[in-house]
Amino acid sequence: MDQTRNILYFVAIAALIIITGMVQSWNSALLILNMGLISAVMALGVNLQWGFAGLFNVGVMGFVALGGLAAVLVSTDPVSAAWSAGGLRILFALAVGAGIIGVTIIAYRRITAARPRVIAIVTILGLGFFLYRALLDPAVQAVEAVNPALQGNLGGLGLPIILAWPVGGLFAAGAAWIIGKAALGLRSDYLAIATLGISEIIIAILKNEDWLARGVKNVIGLNRPVPKEIDLQESAEFVERASGLGLDPVTASALFVKLNYALLFSVVLIILLIMAQLSLKSPWGRMMRAIRDNETAAAAMGKNVTNRHLQIFILGSAICGIAGAMMTTLDGQLTPGSYQPLRFTFLIWVMVIVGGSGNNFGAVLGGFLIWFLWVQVEPMSQYLVTLLTAGMAEDNAVRLHMMESVAYTRLLTMGLVLLLVLRFSPRGLIPEK
Amino acid sequence: MAEPFLIGDAMTGGYGAGPDILHSCTIAVDPGQIAVIVGPNGAGKSTGMKAVFGMLNLRKGSVRLGGEDITHLTPQERVVKGMGFVPQTQNIFTSMSVEENLEMGAFIRRDDIRETMEQVYDLFPILRDKRHQAAGELSGGQRQQVAVGRALMTKPKVLMLDEPTAGVSPIVMDELFDRIIEVARTGIPILMVEQNARQALQIADRGYVLVQGRNAYTGSGQELLADPEVRKSFLGG
Amino acid sequence: MDFINGLVVLMNFVLIPATAYGAQLALGALGVTLIYGILRFSNFAHGDTMAFGTMITVLVTWWFQSMGISFGPLPTALLALPFSIAATAALVLLTDRGVYQFYRAQKAKPVILVIVSMGVMFVMNGVVRIIIGVDDQRFSDGERFIFSVREFKAASGLREGMALKTTQGITVITALIVVIALFWFLNKTRTGKSMRAYADNEDLALLSGINPERVVAVTWIIVAALATIAGVLYGLDKSFKPFTYFQLLLPIFASAIVGGLGSPLGAIAGGFVVAYSEVTITYAWKKVLKYWMPESLEPSTLMQLLSTEYKFAVSFMILIVVLLFRPTGLFKGKAY
Repeated sequence: MDQTRNILYFVAIAALIIITGMVQSWNSALLILNMGLISAVMALGVNLQWGFAGLFNVGVMGFVALGGLAAVLVSTDPVSAAWSAGGLRILFALAVGAGIIGVTIIAYRRITAARPRVIAIVTILGLGFFLYRALLDPAVQAVEAVNPALQGNLGGLGLPIILAWPVGGLFAAGAAWIIGKAALGLRSDYLAIATLGISEIIIAILKNEDWLARGVKNVIGLNRPVPKEIDLQESAEFVERASGLGLDPVTASALFVKLNYALLFSVVLIILLIMAQLSLKSPWGRMMRAIRDNETAAAAMGKNVTNRHLQIFILGSAICGIAGAMMTTLDGQLTPGSYQPLRFTFLIWVMVIVGGSGNNFGAVLGGFLIWFLWVQVEPMSQYLVTLLTAGMAEDNAVRLHMMESVAYTRLLTMGLVLLLVLRFSPRGLIPEK
Repeated sequence: MAEPFLIGDAMTGGYGAGPDILHSCTIAVDPGQIAVIVGPNGAGKSTGMKAVFGMLNLRKGSVRLGGEDITHLTPQERVVKGMGFVPQTQNIFTSMSVEENLEMGAFIRRDDIRETMEQVYDLFPILRDKRHQAAGELSGGQRQQVAVGRALMTKPKVLMLDEPTAGVSPIVMDELFDRIIEVARTGIPILMVEQNARQALQIADRGYVLVQGRNAYTGSGQELLADPEVRKSFLGG
Repeated sequence: MDFINGLVVLMNFVLIPATAYGAQLALGALGVTLIYGILRFSNFAHGDTMAFGTMITVLVTWWFQSMGISFGPLPTALLALPFSIAATAALVLLTDRGVYQFYRAQKAKPVILVIVSMGVMFVMNGVVRIIIGVDDQRFSDGERFIFSVREFKAASGLREGMALKTTQGITVITALIVVIALFWFLNKTRTGKSMRAYADNEDLALLSGINPERVVAVTWIIVAALATIAGVLYGLDKSFKPFTYFQLLLPIFASAIVGGLGSPLGAIAGGFVVAYSEVTITYAWKKVLKYWMPESLEPSTLMQLLSTEYKFAVSFMILIVVLLFRPTGLFKGKAY
């Protein structure tokens, strides 16, 4: 019974996408499908943290952005002039920075008396900061001076971009380890504020550290794991096959590329979904949920709650990092200015809550459904506004204002959907078993 | 025999939809009296008192105050009817001053509360000295005095205390009992649950020994103290 | 003389702006901390409540301006405040009836309420953008300066100048009045005391006959006023842009947590701690130090610890340090 209902949900989503293809265009339908797949992966990551372990992570955006950074650092070609200008010096400065933090931690552990401890830490951090900046700043200036119009950064490793997906996961996992060490074990709303803060900081770093990924100057034209449309259009064989299907080569190449992406993303989603399902049913997953439902009892049974939380926090964040790398791959560019918490953190939360927290299939369903709504609410309200204002003159102020406002109805709709689901179906569309 | 001023009559019930904890249990108190509920751990002592105060669902029996049936009133409504209740824990506003605690106790009153406050200060002189201190900074015994004082601010017709001496030292306990006797002398009937059965029965006009939610023994404090069965089972010989 | 010149620069670029910003944060954090103390959850919609209140103020101000009503040298927005506070209060009370009350009756866990407030945040976000759009709106009018750099230089004969913007003066004075009024209300009135009692011990407050729904309603009205005033002061001082207000959530929460969630006094202290740290750490100290240091030691760099884009990092660092070493905040908040 439940099974049938769940399958129906997915069929309905598929139908919505197919209808989009028939009514609007297959190109838009595939775009929704691809971003839906990526959203589903993100939702899977958040669900791991919230649904399995009750961890309130509102820093999804930061982990997604780290995945995007990985895409740049893995796939772009190294800028050798920049490396010789100051690449190694930057790395050295960063290492010194890490060393200073390490020394601070050691000092904190070794010195137990309160006053000397504070003095030692302040001195180490103070002097260390100036040392770090003295090393870093000239190197950064040198690097950013190299061909700033096109480069000004160190570039990457020049490897296939698909390798960035696991690397993105690693980046996010590393950041999650640091945050988790500091903030897990705090009350849930403190963790929320801490993660919100760290995600803003990650975005600030991406925007300002031009030597890393060109900051707000953006990195465009990333390489691809799939063929380029232009190459396909020039291949006689492809053009012939396309015309065999009754398609012009431009449309056909666009569709073909997007289908390739869809295939790759589906593989990732399915692998992660299987892993998430297996872990949910494993003793580890059962223990996680036991901890979530009663932390005190679990701690009393000798479970190291903070450690378990750290594990799942890292895993969930890593999944968000993978999704972030996939998204940047799909976009073909990294634009730090476009990362906004509403879109990349809170929207993912809506997906998880609406889909059904604690249920992996629910999270995936939520990912597709909410993404579909996010994209389609705008044209729908456009249509609605056109209907409502049909009697008004073309240049009527109210009409013009309503037309302009249409873009923001999606925020309103997301809020309403979230509130309605929380009120009337708090366990989501596919509840936890 | 005349109807007692406050009576929980043949009460049967438990928390929410849970199993019955009380079984036809009767507890009553008259003006000027101290009634004490004692019994072994888990006997339903506190539950019995909470039943009188309307904090659990009664399936059978009734609660009457001055002849009026109040079985179906909420605890808040019972406060308005003249019942003062001092919970066992978290019975003061720790971040507020002693005087503000008393003011909050009198929240439902719209008349001048200064006279009542003076009476409370006369009863508990230490509170007068500490009136502007945060209640949370006081010692355990003083906190209990604040808690009782807060409940007295409504000028209750009956005062109910849930283990007022829990967690205080024996000396403070004696002092608290003295104060409680003084409150009773002002004419307010007192119903209290006590862990320290022997001391409590010594000051009790009426004692109720509960076992597993039932009235096991009932009588005056002295009678119960003299009863060999009660002595053997509950007072350690 | 050099020392005084340096001091003037310090006042102009650090102390005055940070004090105004601190007052704005403090008012925002007071709202967050009151909701936390009484309703027991972290309200993620607070930034957008501020945005809503400010938006209404902007609209009413425009309307007043179109009718030729002005407040002399003071911004017209101050005249609009009562209207926007009333509108915001109506909105949050409606939201409480329609949304939060249900979860309160269920005694839902605080984290559920936080998620609910995320939904409210989205809705308010959408409403504000639909009504006024996403662009920067300036709505300050009246006299721009209490005294300008030029006037200051002329009067003092110093090389460096200092300006005091009207909005900065208004911010500090208004914040002072609001805070005094709030503390008077909480400590001296029956309703205010009942709010503190409810925040302190909910069960005992119920036993004492305090009506929780009334406490909650009064709290929302106060929070609406605080949020609107904080938003309007911030908007007058800088400008009104919905997204900026959403982003203010972080420093505001940092202020409230640093001070101790649930503690009004802490919220004010936290607001100033965060504001002063943000400004001092992101200020280029060269201008001050060139007066204060001997010529031979004159700094060659800007002496800026972090670029201004990292101001969030500053709130965040303070937050983490406080959470690690004193989880209840500077003034003991509620840590449960």
